[in-house]
Amino acid sequence: MSTDIHAAGAHDHHHEGGHAHSTFSGYMLGFVLSVVLTAIPFWLVMSGALPSKQITALVIMAFAIVQIVVHMVYFLHMNTTSENGWTMMALIFTIVMVVIALSGSLWVMSHLNSNMMPMHQMSGMK
Amino acid sequence: MSPDLLKLIFGRLGLESLPLHEPIVVGTFVVVALGGAALLGGLTYFRLWGYLWREWFTTVDHKRIGIMYMILGIVMLLRGFADALMMRGQQMLAFNGSEGYLNAHHYDQIFTAHGVIMIFFVAMPLVTGLMNYVVPLQIGARDVSFPFLNNFSFWMTVGGAVLVMASLFIGEFARTGWLAYPPLSNIGYSPDVGVDYYIWALQVAGVGTTLSGINLICTIVKLRCPGMTMMKMPVFTWTSLCTNVLIVASFPVLTVVLALLSLDRYVGTNFFTNDFGGSPMMYVNLIWIWGHPEVYILVLPAFGIFSEVTSTFSGKRLFGYTSMVYATVVITILSYLVWLHHFFTMGSGASVNSFFGITTMIISIPTGAKMFNWLFTMYRGRIRYELPMMWTIAFMLTFVIGGMTGVLLAVPPADFVLHNSLFLIAHFHNVIIGGVVFGAFAGINYWFPKAFGFKLDPFWGKMSFWFWVTGFYLAFMPLYVLGLMGVTRRLRVFDDPSLQIWFVIAAIGAVFVFIGILAMLMQFAVSLLKREQLKDVTGDPWDARTLEWATSSPPPDYNFAFTPVVHDNDAWWDMKRRGYQRPLTGFKPIHMPSSTGTGIILAGFATAMGFALVWYMWWLAALSFIAMLAVGIGHTFNYHRDFDIPADDVIRTEDARTKLLAGAK
Repeated sequence: MSTDIHAAGAHDHHHEGGHAHSTFSGYMLGFVLSVVLTAIPFWLVMSGALPSKQITALVIMAFAIVQIVVHMVYFLHMNTTSENGWTMMALIFTIVMVVIALSGSLWVMSHLNSNMMPMHQMSGMK
Repeated sequence: MSPDLLKLIFGRLGLESLPLHEPIVVGTFVVVALGGAALLGGLTYFRLWGYLWREWFTTVDHKRIGIMYMILGIVMLLRGFADALMMRGQQMLAFNGSEGYLNAHHYDQIFTAHGVIMIFFVAMPLVTGLMNYVVPLQIGARDVSFPFLNNFSFWMTVGGAVLVMASLFIGEFARTGWLAYPPLSNIGYSPDVGVDYYIWALQVAGVGTTLSGINLICTIVKLRCPGMTMMKMPVFTWTSLCTNVLIVASFPVLTVVLALLSLDRYVGTNFFTNDFGGSPMMYVNLIWIWGHPEVYILVLPAFGIFSEVTSTFSGKRLFGYTSMVYATVVITILSYLVWLHHFFTMGSGASVNSFFGITTMIISIPTGAKMFNWLFTMYRGRIRYELPMMWTIAFMLTFVIGGMTGVLLAVPPADFVLHNSLFLIAHFHNVIIGGVVFGAFAGINYWFPKAFGFKLDPFWGKMSFWFWVTGFYLAFMPLYVLGLMGVTRRLRVFDDPSLQIWFVIAAIGAVFVFIGILAMLMQFAVSLLKREQLKDVTGDPWDARTLEWATSSPPPDYNFAFTPVVHDNDAWWDMKRRGYQRPLTGFKPIHMPSSTGTGIILAGFATAMGFALVWYMWWLAALSFIAMLAVGIGHTFNYHRDFDIPADDVIRTEDARTKLLAGAK
């Protein structure tokens, strides 16, 4: 994007952590895993193998989460040591923020939905 | 020309969009036009355009970009404060059947513009400017990680400000309040261009803010000089790091919310409408997930400034450095857990309200810890009451009051009484002026000699200080009283004549603040004239403690001829005590990034696109978007990105400093 000051050679202390490098087999393994993890949910929906739609939806969500992890490990090279652990720290922080925002919003909005939407009787606030 | 063709070219912009029927706006326009013409004429007459373009507009030097951010913030402060004076005047007059001098249409735009400008185009540029200037110097770096991106971020912020200013004379601004809650901000209730100006101004400026957040995080994480471990970083750098983490984590939420609102307005989706399954409450929820971290984005750097100032002017190491760092980090996390306290009354029920009430009260614990750390730093210190320290003391007194009214508002039952009242207005002005604005002024007075090589004049600085501080109390204490009496915010006319006296006092306070602002401008002018007397030749006029004072004032382009090595928290203090000798030989060429006009050009197209989208000039929007892509791609083929400052130049600069230092002794 732009001139990195590192090019100035003034700061050479960033090598200890280093980047994670991946191999052809790593990418292939990630690719196969993500294909499998995509195919199973398709099969679940198309064959109706599980008894209820709700269980199917939950199982698909679980596969989606595993899929995210596979992408991060094999394609984004997430591990605990690269960049002196800063990438892992950033990931943990991001997850905390996203969980707070999503679960908080769901909690708040479900309350607002049950208390404030006009079609419900005013049955007292929770 | 046929009306269809005109519509194709100009969208909904026509002669009737110009607010010619508003004498106040026309008068303002005449003054601004004359002033602007004088400024442009002066620049042309003195042949300054080339200089400005080469040395300032296209610069990638973090110091110059920081200074430009500060200028932007101060210019926009004048606009935002003009709005405040108009509101105070209106509310003072509109009693006993008087309608005041502002009609509802104009008044509603003024309070919206005041909020938007003060947060996005005053507080944010001042804070970002100080971080931009100081952080690389404090960590011993040559520049930020991505110097071109820094220039681009600045011009995007300017682009947003230009859109807001344009709305004053072309069309109108939003009449929705500073967060533009739907359904009022939806197309059905705000069919005109005001909300669109709001959306695109914030979207354009938001790109700049987010990118500068990424840039500064990367700078702090990657470019610290050898020896500066995380726990040896100056506190201002720590608070800047946390602020920029907050920016990167929260601004995307604002971007998405505004994008959804613009989908509602432009293509007829129903995210936040009343019907078809839309939920305006979701907008309120989402925008405060951004909005609450935003206030900590503003105040954390101010806390950092106060930490630097307190320890410098008390002549002592900061008390409780570690606890200060942990308090900052805890505030960073907690600031994400409190957003619902902005809408306790929307109907979430007791369990949700008590959770968010308690988290809000918990935030006062780390903040209180900081307050005690500053007090203990001052304890038995040899305190010098220079201007930065005076602003810090004013902050400590004022912010504690604002904090306590905040804890009061955090109690949901109390909030049900005080919600949307002038008590709330008094509270947040109490913390934002007392915290952020006083912090910015402390920072300006503290770092000005570093940036320009001479101190600011103390007499006019003290005039400004006393008028600001007394003006603040006169303007906002009456609002606490009125709020407790049940007066709600954003009212234009009043029925009860007994309230008038409080609004008169508040208006007098606003005039005091106005004098304070004028005194500050006077301070800049007088200091410029007396710069020889106020000169700082040592580079360390305050006998300070952190690395930015180790280099000359103003610092050379490359900041440090040799990258410093750090052994202690207060690196420069430690160097002074150990009898550090400046190296006088062995200089090498220094590798630096080159200036580029791409940032200002890209931001110019982005602003044009925003303007076009506001007025439905689709051809111009498409054209500027394509131009942006073309310039962006074109820039990737620019291989003249860096150059070396020759060793001879470095030697000349450093020799000049050696002479200056010798003369000072």
